[in-house]
Amino acid sequence: MSAPPTPRVRRRRATSRAAWPAYLPYLVPGAALFVVVIGYPLVTNVYISLFSWRGGLAPLEWVGLANYAELWHDTDFWTSFQNSVAMIVAMVVVPTVIGLLLAAVLFDYLGRRFGGRVASVLRATFYLPQILPVAVAGVLWNWILNARTGALNEILRGLGVSDPPNWLGDPAFALPSVMLVLIWVQIGYPVVIFMAALQRVDPELYEAAELDGAGWWRRFRAITIPQIRPETFVVTLTCTVAALKVFGPIYVLTRGGPESSTLVPSYYSYLNFFDKSRVGYGAAVATVLTVVIIAVAVVMLALQRRAERREEVGR
Amino acid sequence: MSTTLENLPTTAPRAPGPTARRPRPGGRHRRGAARWVVLGGAVLAALVVLAPMIIMALNAVKSPADYAQHGPLSIPTSLYVDGVVNFWTRVDFPTKLWNSFFISAVVAVAGCLLSLLNAYAIGVGRIRGRMWIVLLFLLANMLPQEALIYPLFDMARQVGLTNSQWSVIIIFTVIQSAFGTYLLASVLGTFPPALLEAAALDGAGRWRILWQVVFPIVRPTLMVLVIFFFIWTWNEFFIPLVMLTTNDTQTIPIALASLQGDRMMDAPTTNAGALVSLIPALLFFLLFQRTLTRGVTAGAVK
Repeated sequence: MSAPPTPRVRRRRATSRAAWPAYLPYLVPGAALFVVVIGYPLVTNVYISLFSWRGGLAPLEWVGLANYAELWHDTDFWTSFQNSVAMIVAMVVVPTVIGLLLAAVLFDYLGRRFGGRVASVLRATFYLPQILPVAVAGVLWNWILNARTGALNEILRGLGVSDPPNWLGDPAFALPSVMLVLIWVQIGYPVVIFMAALQRVDPELYEAAELDGAGWWRRFRAITIPQIRPETFVVTLTCTVAALKVFGPIYVLTRGGPESSTLVPSYYSYLNFFDKSRVGYGAAVATVLTVVIIAVAVVMLALQRRAERREEVGR
Repeated sequence: MSTTLENLPTTAPRAPGPTARRPRPGGRHRRGAARWVVLGGAVLAALVVLAPMIIMALNAVKSPADYAQHGPLSIPTSLYVDGVVNFWTRVDFPTKLWNSFFISAVVAVAGCLLSLLNAYAIGVGRIRGRMWIVLLFLLANMLPQEALIYPLFDMARQVGLTNSQWSVIIIFTVIQSAFGTYLLASVLGTFPPALLEAAALDGAGRWRILWQVVFPIVRPTLMVLVIFFFIWTWNEFFIPLVMLTTNDTQTIPIALASLQGDRMMDAPTTNAGALVSLIPALLFFLLFQRTLTRGVTAGAVK
């Protein structure tokens, strides 16, 4: 983000600083649309969460915080946020760790020994699931994991497994199956970002370390990881938010089932809005989810700022 | 420890291609076998990622009888096109393709325009409180769409945009421009002031400076944004699912997902549907691959 301007620049801008109100008209269309599409609906959603409402033309009945009180005792609600932790493992933790290793191996090891071409072909392959519309990925995996006719179980039966598991239909298997699909979808994103990040690391750092006798693993830990920390932060933040928001894959793969074993907050709120016609309750779920996401994002941004500042002081 | 390394400048010169491959003493020979093992591992990982797509392609053109007999991994004994034809006519694919394209294209251009106007006021105009405005846009980008959908759904009904693509277009223009504003504002924040001053001395107004000085210089970044917005909108699922309720307005992902519960969906139709739905995105990706990888980077280094 923008660094604090040096005094010289500040003096230079002194004339244009007084002119800022003249630029306000350029913000008008954006601000107006922002209020209509994001601001007003967000506030209205919180307002709706204070009512019992079946939606449409049905009357709104004021219930105060009763919806939130009900959430507190709703096991499905708690399950959905527990599953969010699983989504974070599948969409943030595993892809970031594997992505770091893959990017370093591709860039710093294979790229140097077999040429950049090999590395970029492999990178494109890892990125391929990312360009797949999420619904397409979901439909594809839904078929592969189908218990009766799916490809995976056909293969397993061919190998002599007489009773292969019902991947998406068994509460014990559904969540791990969904997590594997999400890892598959997600893995290319960190690989591409980290490989780009590695390009701005000074190669002399590696050469100096190598001359000092540092092995690959030591260079990875002492140079690669600290050097690309800004990108790691961006990947972690964006993926964590995405994991908390995840909806499409759940809708297409399991619809939160079986027995709520793959229920996530966004799907739970959708279910209340459009399936159970409990609009106020759905709005309450959405509001809690919003607060959680904003809180997580703000905490992560604050931690990042503090780390940055500490580094600057150390310099 | 690593602290000494961290203190080195992070904005190092880019790796200069082949010269960076200086031979290390003894390295090449010592690791002769190891590098093949590492390459094998990486290729194996790539194959694992690729496997579902290969299985999809194989079974999209395999007849149900062939599938029942030889399973999912065999090469199709003959080219079976019924799956593709079935899917194509069932979902009226040309309509869905046009809907997806139309919505994504309008959003990409309009979202970029809106981002540029916002960022011009924030980055070049240096509006007061711009830090907070940028933060607001950044947080807006993170909001779960569930927290907006019911009021939006209701508003669309009140203004007669039920089941209208324009409701989806307006919503995504704003949502995408929240990210675009965030990114462009930081780019324009570092815009060389000398250029702006020179243009102002020549008597150019703010509107002319925007289009004749700022626009040409940030055009590469805008191109990346157009591509991003297009792909993101193309892949969107939740809002189109709620807002577009009939066959003639729906997009490809929604059409594909809605076929799912169908008992008539056999393996070839499912796979052909996934394959056909993937092709436009794949073509787009191949066409703009260079711009895209540059863009992913632009999004990362803020």
